[in-house]
Amino acid sequence: MEVFTQQLINGITLGSIYGLIAIGYTMVFGILGMVNFAHGDVFMVSAFIALVTLLLLTTWLGIGSFVVALLIVLIVAMLFTSLVNWAIERVAYRPLRGSSRLAPLISAIGMSIVLSNFVQVAQGPRVKSIPPFFNEVIVLMSGSGYDVAVSYKQIVVWIVTAGLLLIFWFVVTKTALGRAQRACEQDQKMAALLGIDVDRTISITFVIAAALAAVAGTMYLMYYGVVSFADGFVPGVKAFTAAVLGGIGSLPGAVIGGLLIGLIETMWSAYFSTDYKDVAAFSILAITMIFLPQGILGRPDVEKV
Amino acid sequence: MAHEASPFASRVDVVRALRQATITGLIALGLLLPLIGFNTVQNIRNELILETRWPLLAALVAIIAGGRFLHELLIAPWLARRALRPRPEHAPRGRLARWLVPFTLGFVIVYPPLVLSITGIQGAVKWIDNFGVQILIYVMLGWGLNIVVGLAGLLDLGYVAFYAVGAYSYALFANAFGLSFWILLPIAGCLAAFWGILLGFSVLRLRGDYLAIVTLAFGEIIRLILINWVPVTNGYAGISGIPRPTFFGIPFNASDEGFAARFGLEFSPIYRTIFLYYLILALALITAAMTVRLRRLPIGRAWEALREDEIACRSLGINTTNTKLTAFAMGAMFAGFAGSFFAARQGFISPESFTFMESAVIVAIVVLGGMGSLIGVAIAAVIMIGGTEIMRELDFLKAVFGNDFDPTQYRMLLFGFAMVLIMVWRPRGLIATREPSTFLNPRHAALFRKRQSEGTQASLVRERHG
Repeated sequence: MEVFTQQLINGITLGSIYGLIAIGYTMVFGILGMVNFAHGDVFMVSAFIALVTLLLLTTWLGIGSFVVALLIVLIVAMLFTSLVNWAIERVAYRPLRGSSRLAPLISAIGMSIVLSNFVQVAQGPRVKSIPPFFNEVIVLMSGSGYDVAVSYKQIVVWIVTAGLLLIFWFVVTKTALGRAQRACEQDQKMAALLGIDVDRTISITFVIAAALAAVAGTMYLMYYGVVSFADGFVPGVKAFTAAVLGGIGSLPGAVIGGLLIGLIETMWSAYFSTDYKDVAAFSILAITMIFLPQGILGRPDVEKV
Repeated sequence: MAHEASPFASRVDVVRALRQATITGLIALGLLLPLIGFNTVQNIRNELILETRWPLLAALVAIIAGGRFLHELLIAPWLARRALRPRPEHAPRGRLARWLVPFTLGFVIVYPPLVLSITGIQGAVKWIDNFGVQILIYVMLGWGLNIVVGLAGLLDLGYVAFYAVGAYSYALFANAFGLSFWILLPIAGCLAAFWGILLGFSVLRLRGDYLAIVTLAFGEIIRLILINWVPVTNGYAGISGIPRPTFFGIPFNASDEGFAARFGLEFSPIYRTIFLYYLILALALITAAMTVRLRRLPIGRAWEALREDEIACRSLGINTTNTKLTAFAMGAMFAGFAGSFFAARQGFISPESFTFMESAVIVAIVVLGGMGSLIGVAIAAVIMIGGTEIMRELDFLKAVFGNDFDPTQYRMLLFGFAMVLIMVWRPRGLIATREPSTFLNPRHAALFRKRQSEGTQASLVRERHG
């Protein structure tokens, strides 16, 4: 029971990070119908930007307050990552709009290679670790020599994730921007006829996706304390699995899918073997796509001639 | 037109180009500031500290802004002028294409003796192995995947799994039972084809991006099993001491029974390299010949019909299940052949060689070459693999950038950029004209050729209607 509760706590934390990345996949898929392969690497880049900002704040400016530092890191990472994703869309995807479905996918794979190798060249291939900080935990249960604990970091991850999801939810459902975005998802030509700037809307979609990925990247860096140039691929695929599991195109689906994937991964590691935890994630991906392609909350895909 | 006449207009152009360059420079500054401007390094106490690299940042931003300025001022007007000019006739290209294949074939056949005569025995191993064998492996993989992606239109991002199956089945069987390369080559091919059918069965209902992602997952699962199933595969450490292929029973070693001694030659590793070169050349050519022949058979026609429109294909009574499964099986079989060749050539294999990156590279070669075009795929393989191999040879750059400069670091970075650029420049690949393999009646064929020579096809492709 203790193990279960502990893994539940860990799983929800991991799942919130996956959920934030998954929203990026699901939004881009919804509006462009393409799998943004580079999104996992955008997440990795954002973690590096957060790392640089954190070091800048702590070692150069000497900011001691954790909350202030975290806030500044979040904002800076969101800003710069948004710029990165905006530029990617502008350079690699926009010229390919209207061409075959394969071209943007290949371009995205190319971008993913560019991003991970750029970080490898620019920051070196070694794993970067930050000194441990903010390590206090709250012990919830203690029985039979095993303490169930929630760390402050986990609470921060939950609060930040929940807060940003609320803001994001408000933007998508209640503002003109969100309406334009949903209109473009349904029918780009019609949306353009009704006076919506489709290109601009797509750009903003990429910016929002990047901002959420940056939150995930910052949380990832804070929670694990390590990041390397190769950390984009596997979280990226798992987040994509989450997006598919929840029903691609559906925003609440992405969050639910993320939580599910996080829980499955931590439970699998606790009760089976850590060696095969990635196999489990990939198998879920394959099984979902084959047997439940519309996901939990997605609309079924109607085949049209 | 007006700009060329009046000097005023050209000053406007310069101002506009300057403004564009400034904007681009600012964006580049924003993109590069966090990760180029700052470097995270570990100090002696193993703590991460920041270092700044302002000169590097300034140089990169200046290069990007300068490039944009020149582009706006010189290249963009030139492109605009060129677009207005009528397209030249396409007739000379036809003649070139007719001679290209025999010439290239002749060249690849005489390549090893040519290299030997130029560089001598010492230098030749590198050129034949790194440039010849390495490129040909990717040409063969590209042609194999071309059956699945180019002909049947099934995007497979896990192709490297079959390559791994071929390599591991050769390595394991050769080490366990001592069977020879020539017996295991077909067995490896069959096993890979079996896995291809297995994958094909599970993804029958999927298509497009979903198919791509599931095949990716399949490739990763195979790799993770290779890593974790230590008793059989030896995990990360890989399998070493894999028997090398023999010249129909005669080993390439320094013994009296060896190839060199039997043929009265002085022993040198070059003979094995040359043998491997011709072996992979033969395997690749078999792949190409099979593809060309298969396209003329009903099954090849069914693949192409499937690629163009699955629903129409099914409505016409084509069994799409069989069509898909044969495509997966054929593609996987060639990957299995290439895999067992790879294991025999290296003598050592580990899961590191079968990462997703390899699949991405092979798919990139097929798509960049122009799906379905054998020549295009070969050209793309030469450019992409040969290009990255050349990066290893650029030692003179150390004289320019200092001794810490290692060009091989930039291989994959440039590879990625090349993928994006070629896609943006030619979304349908380098060789984009897709000639139908069959016509309803001969007059249509004549009409098609005529149209093609008038450039209609090309312009359609350019406007991305095709």
